[in-house]
This record gives sequence, C-alpha cells and structure tokens, in this order.
Amino acid sequence: MARRSPRKKTEESPLLLAARDLLARVEAGDEPGTARALEQLTQLRGDTLFEELGKLTRQLHEALNSFRSDARLMDIAAREMPDAKDRLSYVISMTEDAAHRTLTAVEGRIPVVGDLQRRAADLHGRWTHFRQRRMDLDTFRGLSEELDGFLLHTGREMERTHAELTEVLMAQEFQDLTGQILRRVIALVQEVEAHLVDLVRLSGQRREEPAPAPVDPTAPTGPAVPGRDEAGVVSGQDDVDDLLSSLGF
Amino acid sequence: MLNKDMKILIVDDFSTMRRIIKNLLRDLGFNNTAEADDGKTALPQLQTGKFDFLITDWNMPGMTGLDLLKAVRSDAKLAKLPVLMVTAEAKRDQIVEAANAGINGYIVKPFNAVTLKEKIDKIFERLEANA
Repeated sequence: MARRSPRKKTEESPLLLAARDLLARVEAGDEPGTARALEQLTQLRGDTLFEELGKLTRQLHEALNSFRSDARLMDIAAREMPDAKDRLSYVISMTEDAAHRTLTAVEGRIPVVGDLQRRAADLHGRWTHFRQRRMDLDTFRGLSEELDGFLLHTGREMERTHAELTEVLMAQEFQDLTGQILRRVIALVQEVEAHLVDLVRLSGQRREEPAPAPVDPTAPTGPAVPGRDEAGVVSGQDDVDDLLSSLGF
Repeated sequence: MLNKDMKILIVDDFSTMRRIIKNLLRDLGFNNTAEADDGKTALPQLQTGKFDFLITDWNMPGMTGLDLLKAVRSDAKLAKLPVLMVTAEAKRDQIVEAANAGINGYIVKPFNAVTLKEKIDKIFERLEANA
C-alpha cells in the first residue's frame, strides 16, 4: 500500500478501497481478513494525521524563518543601510582627497622641473663654448657663478621634489582603506539579496511578473565595468574614432 | 594655426577631473581656462559669449553634458561653438546620439594627454578647413 501518495480525483481513494475491502471480508465471514482490513483502515487514518502535522510543522518553520528574515531586513534598513551610505560617501571623499593631494604635489613640481630643464640646457650650451675655448675670462667668471648657483638651487629643489614624491606615494594609501570599506558594503548587499530571495521564496505564490520599466538606451550609465556591461560598448578610443569616422567625422 | 589664447570652459562634476584636464591643457599651452560643475552652471557662463571651446563630461547631476550640447546647438549665439565630450559613457548608441546632437569630438575615459591633443588639433583643423 502506498503511503501518503498523492491522490488524483479520478482514482478511488485508499480509504474508500479499504472500507470496501473491510465490508467484503465481514460479509464473507473472513475473520483474519477482517482484522487485517481494520488495521489497514486505522493506519490510513494515522497517515492523514501525520500528513497534517507535517504541514503544520513546515508552516511554523517557514513563519519563523520569514520572521527572522523580516527582523534582519528591518535591522539592515534601520541601521546598516544608512551606515553603508555614510561609508560609501567616505570612500568618495577619501578618493577625492587623495587625487587632490597628488594633483597639488604634481602641479607644484611641474613648473620647477621645466625651469631646471631650461636652465640646464642653457648652461650646457655655454659650458660647451667654454670647453671649445671660445670664452673670455670675464664671461667664464659669470658662467662659473651661475653654475654654482644652479647646482645649489638644483640640490634644494630636488630635496623638495623628493618630499612631494613621497606625498604622492602616501596619498595612495586610500586604495587599501577604500578597498576594505567597499568589501564590507559588498558583503552587506549580498546579505540583503539573500534575505530578499528567501522572502520571495517563502511568500510562495507567484505574483505576476511586473513589466520591465522602459529603458532609455542612451541614458548615461557611468563607466562600463569589465565583464558586466560589454554589450554595445566600444573597446577604447580607437573604436570610438572608427565609429565616428563611419558616421562621416 | 591653433590659437593658444582661446578661452576654454571645462565642465565636469568631479573637481579632480577638471584639474587633470586643466593641467593637460596647460601642458599643451592653453592657459585661458574656466570651470563649471554641470550643464546648469556652464550654460550661463557660455552665454556670456567669452568662450571659444567647450570640453564637457556627459554624466553629471543637474544637467548632463548631452543636454548642455543640445542647449548650445539650439542657441543661435552659441550654435557654432566647438564641443569636445570627454566621458566614461562608451556605448555605441550613446556615441551615435552625441554625434547626431552635433558633437565635434568624443573621448572615452580613461584617456591620455596624447589623445586630448590629437582631438583638439583635429577639431580645429576641420573648423579651419570648413571656414
């Protein structure tokens, strides 16, 4: 006899079959058969109870689960989402600070390096004149003083350049810090996703799929992420140039 | 010959990107620059009529670079202003739309100094050829 097998309406129920069997055996005066049929009927009744109990247990379990998911989601919404927003804002401000620190150092050094380069080229030209013995003593004295000044100045500027390069180096520490913050936010997003999936699964009934919102194909979406947004995306500046020249640019 | 004194407006919502473009332009000999952080603040500056060239990002809060481009093209006084878009938007459809809206050049981020110089040279060569 199949236990707790799904019953179709077209088939006779096991209960009805067992009752008929019992009646037939009583009428036939089959005592051991009657006893067996009675036992079978009792067992069938037990199975139905067992089935109902199983259903209730499952419902209770799912209700508890969904309560846990609800409570956790509420906690996330109340506490961790605002916290994550603050953290992400902090990431923006840290990367911005680092970029400005770097730019300030570089902007300060570019003109100095350009100036040293020009003065070195000028002095080298005059030094070559001297080595070719095409210079009188007075001019040489002037050159000698200038060379002296240039070497001193270069030494001082290189010291400053070294300090500024160290500043650029230190400004890169943002990568470590922002990386850690971003990882925590990613973990939170994954947790929210898992809880939402649970809730949708527990809510059981399939709702009608909402129609997807219309998408503007050229609305700005920010930088393409490798491995994510590759459809219809150019692979670089050469691709852009090819596309534009195909349009008559 | 490219006029190094021309006045250039740099529009980007990130101050660091504006600084980078400003520095690259200075290296190319263009010192006459001003900045705006989105289309809304850029447009009144452009309408003063003091600018010769516009370099703009696309994705900005307030008013996007594409809307700024459209506003420029539909303003009789600004319609001929050369516009270079420097943006992370890299979809073919977007580039085609920007081209249709009347862009003079399009650079995708991340970019470098050489690309910026090439595009600026090309834009002004073409303008001269058509003048």
